[in-house]
Amino acid sequence: MTTTTRRSRPRRALVLLAVIVALVFGTVTGGYFLDDARWSPSLALDLEGGTQVVLTPVAEEGAEIPSESIDQAVEIIRQRVNGTGVTEAEVVRQGSSNIVVSIPGQADEETLDLVRASAQLEFRPVLLAGTGVDPSLFEPSVAPSGDPSAPVGEATAPAAEESAVPSAGPADATAEPSVAPSAQGRAVPRGDVADALAAAPTGEPTGAPTAEPVEPVAEPTAEPVAEPAVEPTDASDPAYLTPEVLAEFEQLSCLDPETGAVTRVSESQDDEPLVVCSQDGFEKYVLGPVEVEGENVADAGWGFGTGQTGLSTGQIVVDLQFDGTGTDQFADVSRRLFDLTGDRNRFGIVLDGVVISAPTMNGIIPNGQAQISGNFTQETAEVLANQLRYGALPLSFTVESTESISATLGDEQLRLGVLAGLIGLGLVVVYMLVQYRALGLVTIASLAIAGLLAYGLLLLFSWRQGYRLSLPGVVGLIVAIGITADSFIIFFERIRDEIRDGRSVAVAIERGWERSLRTILISDTVSLLAAVVLYTVSVGGVRGFAFTLGLTTVIDLIVVVLFTKPVVTLLSRTRFFGEGHTLSGFDAEHLGSVVARNAIRSGTRGVPTGTTVAERKRAAAAANEGAVL
Amino acid sequence: MKFDRWGNDLYTGARSYGIVRNRRRWYVLTGVLVALAVAALLLRGLNLGIDFTGGSEFRVSAVPGEVSTLAAEDAVTGVVGDTQVQTTIIDGDNVRVRTGELSTADTEAVAEALAETYGVETSAVTSQFVGASWGEQISVRALQGLLVFLALVAVVISLYFRTWKMAVAALAALVLDMVFTVGIFAATGLEVTPSTVIGFLTVLAYSLYDTVVVFDKVRENTREALEGDTQTFAEGANLAVNQTLVRSINTSVVAILPVLAVLVIGVALLGASTLLDLALVLAIGTAVGTFSSIFVATPLLVQLREREEGIVAHDTAVLRRREGRTPVAAPAGPSVDVAEHDWSGPRSAVLAQSRQQGQRQQPRRLPRDKRG
Repeated sequence: MTTTTRRSRPRRALVLLAVIVALVFGTVTGGYFLDDARWSPSLALDLEGGTQVVLTPVAEEGAEIPSESIDQAVEIIRQRVNGTGVTEAEVVRQGSSNIVVSIPGQADEETLDLVRASAQLEFRPVLLAGTGVDPSLFEPSVAPSGDPSAPVGEATAPAAEESAVPSAGPADATAEPSVAPSAQGRAVPRGDVADALAAAPTGEPTGAPTAEPVEPVAEPTAEPVAEPAVEPTDASDPAYLTPEVLAEFEQLSCLDPETGAVTRVSESQDDEPLVVCSQDGFEKYVLGPVEVEGENVADAGWGFGTGQTGLSTGQIVVDLQFDGTGTDQFADVSRRLFDLTGDRNRFGIVLDGVVISAPTMNGIIPNGQAQISGNFTQETAEVLANQLRYGALPLSFTVESTESISATLGDEQLRLGVLAGLIGLGLVVVYMLVQYRALGLVTIASLAIAGLLAYGLLLLFSWRQGYRLSLPGVVGLIVAIGITADSFIIFFERIRDEIRDGRSVAVAIERGWERSLRTILISDTVSLLAAVVLYTVSVGGVRGFAFTLGLTTVIDLIVVVLFTKPVVTLLSRTRFFGEGHTLSGFDAEHLGSVVARNAIRSGTRGVPTGTTVAERKRAAAAANEGAVL
Repeated sequence: MKFDRWGNDLYTGARSYGIVRNRRRWYVLTGVLVALAVAALLLRGLNLGIDFTGGSEFRVSAVPGEVSTLAAEDAVTGVVGDTQVQTTIIDGDNVRVRTGELSTADTEAVAEALAETYGVETSAVTSQFVGASWGEQISVRALQGLLVFLALVAVVISLYFRTWKMAVAALAALVLDMVFTVGIFAATGLEVTPSTVIGFLTVLAYSLYDTVVVFDKVRENTREALEGDTQTFAEGANLAVNQTLVRSINTSVVAILPVLAVLVIGVALLGASTLLDLALVLAIGTAVGTFSSIFVATPLLVQLREREEGIVAHDTAVLRRREGRTPVAAPAGPSVDVAEHDWSGPRSAVLAQSRQQGQRQQPRRLPRDKRG
């Protein structure tokens, strides 16, 4: 057996480690001052509290779902959720096809609906419109104090934003292809109505212009009532207004008097009429069957409208560009609607179960370039444009799981997880001290370094990669304590074996290291392999766990190579360790070194000796009797 | 000190457990355990959590005062009418309510009704809805992960140890771990959640890790055994298992201590949760994994390799060499009870000889009363 020892440079390794730690924390510190890095890792929903929804696309008859469609869907959902003003909602693709939406804190129902809605943006002709607010909400006995020219009961929808300002370019079929708002122009600015509504439930009667509770549907119904037996000939055919539909329309109340939430239609059939509210709840409609699908919208944006002369009118408009199919379809619709009068001149744009806009058709639009004008602000125009652009998901989804975790529970779990981790750490430390005496101190220091590095890297990943620490992640960290300590045990046991073979401490450390490094490398490889596989194929919480497990495996390698080994080497140069003090963990005698055994045999240590092998064996056995159990 | 002593004796071979020699015993034991596990699985099945079955679940934490399950049922039926409600009280102040799949609106309403019933904030009610196909997806994913992992690991081990037989033995031990762990879950009726599945996969990684460490030593020792002429292959392997016994125990203890901490904290303070599910399966799996590395993997490896020509030749030579020697002293006491042929022969001579080399076989067993 050779006792060759490679010249080890423990100090160099330690310096390298210090550089790594400094780099990690230096980067985070830099990020803290220059960017938005924080000193604690971001927490996942299960620790922070919040709602998580998992969506899976529905494949049509075993068809492969194109990856781009899913990415697109992720983008659309992200737009939608962020459009509601939820901060830090996270929409990510997970695995091959799942979409995970994480909304921190208490998510409101509306946001969740937006996420869950299969989101079919549809264009349907308006058959009938009426006020969506139940007039009885506004105690009719009180005299109206608001603008008397704002009759909420008026069927021409004062609340619909695009009907507020007359179109710059009046109906002209050949000129600018614009979908201008209805010219009634008698509406109050939105704000007033909104104020009125907000005030209404609290008993303040400011916004109640209707002196008597006029049945809002009364007027329009008079005209189009048709025999249910009559087959509708086109989508605008009033024949769709069967008594059932009208009854449904009448009963529909668009605003929940208590919560103020807008009623959303959860299900709709493409070829059936739809009774639906506007997104602000002020208007309700009966719409005909779907005429243009949202997926036929090629693009949408907003800008400033131009008049016939080509000069900017200074008015904010929303532009809509249809694709080939959509252009043809919309040309037909516009041709028909343009000839119609009253509400049937309008078309409703339905998104997620509410009408986001119901402009009047002011011209025939043959080229698929429509423009919606109205009293948009930059903001409202942007919202509408985004809704049109991103409204239609390329896929329909099923909600696979919804989980809402109360913040109190998350808090509790984190607290207990950390507590458990600390207790576990304490137990490991005690055990290592008992087993390896002073060497156990090296373990403690190594674990501390590993912990520091892990924390720094988590901060780094939180900041740069948007990593969020989840409960399984915390458990992964706790489990890692044991796995990290494992490499020390492999190392220390190997050193002891070498000492048992009669080598000096210094030599034993080098040889033990050579041999144990191989074992540590292969076993860490297996761990890392498991973590990578878990991370790649898994969904949900498994990932967080796999991530921390993989991360700590790598950290374990770094620490054992750049810290534990160099420190042990340095310690072996001290008298305490180098000469194998009883408490050092390198005590040759207690480790039954060959040298020590020989000493025992020759009687120099005052231990019972035998003359024959059998006698010695018996003596040794006797000494061991009590030692085993 | 005593543990050191024991470790020393295991290392030198002064004390040795016939782990390889008694492999039939472990095989029988393993067989019985596998049979029990399979029986439990067939008879009782797994208690699958909501993530696999689909449905809605609510958890109300920290309910003040007396907790009644009837109140929960009333709250649920008050919202959705007649439906199957399964209510469990965890830890005295946590309520778990399970129902069939509820709509979003109903979920919200039930959560509110529960909060009102138990006098807590709505924010203290956790709700979960899982579609039935989700569970299928999770299971399929887990299975995929498992297969990919096993395949990769087989390749890595075969490459590292340069013998597929080690991979086969390690994977066999792994399969046993899986069967045992699943069996324990079936027998005890512990709930299987996605967290359990995570834990399960981790356990496999750990078990493999453990096996790899033992095999690394086995490889080293058997090479020495094959180079020398004092040890049969089986003896070398057995010595390796004994020499790594202290390490196996230490690593297992160290791995299981933090997990136990989680388990105890979880049971005492938290009730059913991700934390607890994970800890439970990790604790069970770590123990099972250590057992299989020691008692199944190595004996199986020896079984697989013993018939190889070179090893048969070497073993025969070693045994013949031993036959040629006359015993120096009769083996002491009841320590000799050898069933298999490669263990017969005057062994104290071998002992005496190997002792001088600092390398020993395993001639000595504990007296019966000292054995486990």
